[in-house]
Order: sequence, then structure tokens, then C-alpha cells
Amino acid sequence: MSVLVLVEHTEGIIKKKSFEAVQYASQIAKQNSTTVTAVVLGSASAAEMEGLGAYGAQKVLHVADARLDELHARAYSKALIVAAEKESSKVIIALHDINGRAVAPRVAIKLKAGLVAGALSYPDTEKGFVIKKAVFSGKAFAFINILSDIKVITLMPNSFQLNKGEGKATVEKLNISFDDKDFGIKVKQVNKVSGEVSLADAELVVSGGRGMKGPENWGLIENLAKELGAATACSRPVADSHWRPHHEHVGQTGGTIRPNLYIAIGISGAIQHLAGVNGSKTIVVINKDPEAPFFKAANYGVVGDAMEVLPKLTAAVKKYKENHK
Amino acid sequence: MCISQVPDTSTKIILKDNNTAISSDGVTYIINPYDEWYALIRALELKEIGVASDVHLITVGKADVEPIIRKGLALGGDEAIRIDAVASDAYETASYIAEYAKTTGYDLILCGKESIDYNNGTTGVMLAELLDMDYIGFATNIQLDGGVATVNREIEGGEEVDTCNLPLVISCQKGVAEARIPNMRGIMAARTRPLKVVTPGAVTPVATILSYEMPPAKGGIKLVDPNNMDELVELLHSEAKVI
Repeated sequence: MSVLVLVEHTEGIIKKKSFEAVQYASQIAKQNSTTVTAVVLGSASAAEMEGLGAYGAQKVLHVADARLDELHARAYSKALIVAAEKESSKVIIALHDINGRAVAPRVAIKLKAGLVAGALSYPDTEKGFVIKKAVFSGKAFAFINILSDIKVITLMPNSFQLNKGEGKATVEKLNISFDDKDFGIKVKQVNKVSGEVSLADAELVVSGGRGMKGPENWGLIENLAKELGAATACSRPVADSHWRPHHEHVGQTGGTIRPNLYIAIGISGAIQHLAGVNGSKTIVVINKDPEAPFFKAANYGVVGDAMEVLPKLTAAVKKYKENHK
Repeated sequence: MCISQVPDTSTKIILKDNNTAISSDGVTYIINPYDEWYALIRALELKEIGVASDVHLITVGKADVEPIIRKGLALGGDEAIRIDAVASDAYETASYIAEYAKTTGYDLILCGKESIDYNNGTTGVMLAELLDMDYIGFATNIQLDGGVATVNREIEGGEEVDTCNLPLVISCQKGVAEARIPNMRGIMAARTRPLKVVTPGAVTPVATILSYEMPPAKGGIKLVDPNNMDELVELLHSEAKVI
């Protein structure tokens, strides 16, 4: 009956958002008076895996096949299904990220299970198994009731505060016989943008719009982002004008992000843009037009010219950091 | 190639029936942008350069989705299939499409990375599982050569280039193609292109939407003097607790 959770790692180091997924699983396990079994695929050290105990996992099933260091969604889903059978799991959790979204739907189909993609809440078991998720790119929320016996959930990262506790998980090897078919996709090349904070997982984001006037002014955004340790983003017109790369575009037809802090500079706040960012916990809007609709969605506003405000804000952050060393 | 009907991106969401449904009053419906701008256009390009023979459009919905199907045909699809059903979730949508796809046999299935209404991004993966195919998500470039696809896809903090033998399902996003608008010849031709209506077999629902909720209104904005950024940083630290 154990709650099963797929844990991701980068070269053996478990990702922070996977701690969140384990903690989420442990809360569900408590609701159901059961335990948490984490599934770790590929090369990871015993110490890293045991450490999942601090977030509520009692047991780790480790499939130590080095081919699983790369995403092979068919192999991953096979491993999860074998683990789910072994643990008689009724609830299977992955992250709502690139890997989780390639794996969880396969598991749901195989087990004829309902799936909530992008869960924002714990299941409410009063009226069934009801989970909240954002729909219409954050313009509304829906409450989905999973009807099937087995439930599959992808958890939206950065939805719950992490609380590290005590404890060590016991690690058990799990052997799975894979087929060639499970590794049909061949990875030819990996291009990582080094030194930048990944936008999807960033806790702080600095974003620029048309009000920045041109790509030559982006240094001001980058300086602030660097000082904060934030990722950079942009609005659609900026990406469409090729001032910034497409992957930085946030909004309804770009990426959806939900950082702790979103600083929007020179972005008017069209409904399509708000849809992609309104899950942010705190929004700061800097715009010289006091009528910009974005101010209505913001927690803090600065009415002023970005070119003047940005260097002052960057300096203030720098000063704050020096005072809080 | 799979298309989905969604409300236009400028739509304001209004709830009705005691928050159990979304009002369709005054809502303009469009083809899901990721499906149209990237997946459909790339499918058409693959046909134009001679590596794909036919482009079929498939959607699940009642007769009211036909305008978006006609638009897809006007852009250049050869044939359209409407599965005559209302799907309550991606599991049902994928099951209906897979049932039809099995009878026809497709080498390459393209869809958008997610629909902008329910933001699941699960239909394509489920379809791959149901059809025993590989799946590559979040593609930014797709090339085909003699039964092998070369696909650039987004990964955390970068990009990866994968190859995979067909058959294959790929979900598409920005980069895969450039959006087009239909021309008059296409619009005229679309009228005569076949639109098949298929009645699907029953699928047992595995999930259902109970209700909706609107996001809470932000509790009033605090304005900070542009000459006092120290105050903003202090508020972000001590009040918002984000730095």
C-alpha cells in the first residue's frame, strides 16, 4: 500500500524538487496510515538515497542500471510499474516537469489509472480523491476527482515549503529486465547552458518586456538577475522580436512559471502574459506607465523608467547582500 | 497530427452553474496554439519537402469543433477525422484517438506540448503508450530522414538532440515551425477535403472535474518610490520573505 514516488537526480545528486515530491508523498502516506517508497533510477550513492528519509521516505528502491542516467521514459515507466506491483501501491507520484511528464502518463495508461497533471494540493478524501490544479494557464483552478483504484499524480514543483526532518531510508536494489524497445531513443548530443539558473525551477525571476526598448539594454536585467541569483525571462513581443531566446518567453503560449519572486520590468501585463506568471508568490512590477494593467496583479509596484530604476535596484540588492553576509 | 479546440488566449474565464462549468458566452474558440503554430505547420512542411505523404488532422469533439477543423484543412491538411465524443480527460481523448489510429496506422504523430485550457500535456504520451510507440516531448526542431527522426528537445537548463526510429509521437513547441495564416486557395480547397466523423467505443472514465475556482485577488499593491530601492529590497526581505 506504500505511496510510490519517482525521484530525480543530476549525476547522482538528488534534485531539491524531488525532496518536495517525497515530502508530498509522505503527507499522503500519513493520511492513509502507510509508508513512502521512493524509486531512484540510474547511478546514485547510498548516502544520497538514504537522505530521502529526512523528507519522509522509509524505503528506496534503486534500479542501478547506468542507462537510466538518461531519460528513457519507457524504461522509467516499466521500473515504476514493477515497483508499484511490488509495493502494492495505490498512489504513484512524479514531478510535473520534463521527465515526470514523459513518464507518469505512460504509467497511468498501463495501470488504467486517473492522472492529475500539475497537482497544487494534497488530495481531499472527503468527496473522493480530489486534487487542485491550475487550468487555463493559471486563469482558474480545477478540482479533479480521480475515480480509479490507482491514482497517478504529477506534482507542480515549488508548491510546498520544504521541511527537512530526521531519519534514514533503507535502500533496496531492484532488478528489472529491460528490452531494447525501452531504449529506442538515442541521445546524440546534450547542450547545457552553463552558469544560468534554469527558468522552470528558478525561485527568483527577473523579466523584461518591450519597455526595455531593445536587446542592448538587457545588461541591466542580467546585472539584477546576477545580483539576486535569479533566472531571466521575457514577454512574448521580446521573444518574437528576437531580442531574447524563445525559451525565455513566459506567458500563456510560452513557459508557465511560479517562482517565489517575479520582477516584471517594462511589461504591460496583457492577460496572456499574466496567465503564465500569476502563480508567482510575490510580483514586483516596474513600469513608467502608472496605468499598466500589470500593477493590478502586483504586490509591489514602482512607477518609473526602467533604465533609471534598474541600476538603483541592483545597487540596493548588492548593499543588502553585503549587510546580510 | 492531433488538434484540440481551446478558448482564444485573450479569453476571460467566467464560471457558471455553481462553479462546476466554464461559461462559453462570448468565447472565441481557436486551434490550440501549440498544435497549430508548431505541430500542424511542421507536419505540412514535412509533406512539402517530400518526406511525409499525407497529413491527417484528428480531434475529439462534437460538431461545434468543425470550424477549427476546417481552418486546419485550409492551412493544408489532406483529411480530417472528428471523433464524435466529449472527452472528460486526456485519458479518454488519448483512448479515442488511439482506437482510430490503430485502424489507419501512422508513422509520425505530432501534437502541441500541451493545450492551453487544461495544461496537462499528457495526451501525446498516453497515445504513445496506447500505440506502443516512442515519445519525444517539448521538441524545438524535427527532421525526418528515411524512417529516422532527429529531434531537438528541451531539457532542464538546455537542449538535447535525440534520434529515434519511426513510428514516433512528438510534442511540439516554439522553434519547430513558424506560424502561417491560411490563404484563399487553401480556404476554398478545405471545403472539399474529407472530414470523417467517427463514433468511438466506450471508455470508462478514470477522473472527472468536480468544480472550478478563480484565483484570489491580490491584496492591494504597495507602491515604492523609484528613488528608494532600499525600501523595496527591505520589503522583499522582511515582508514578502522572498530574499
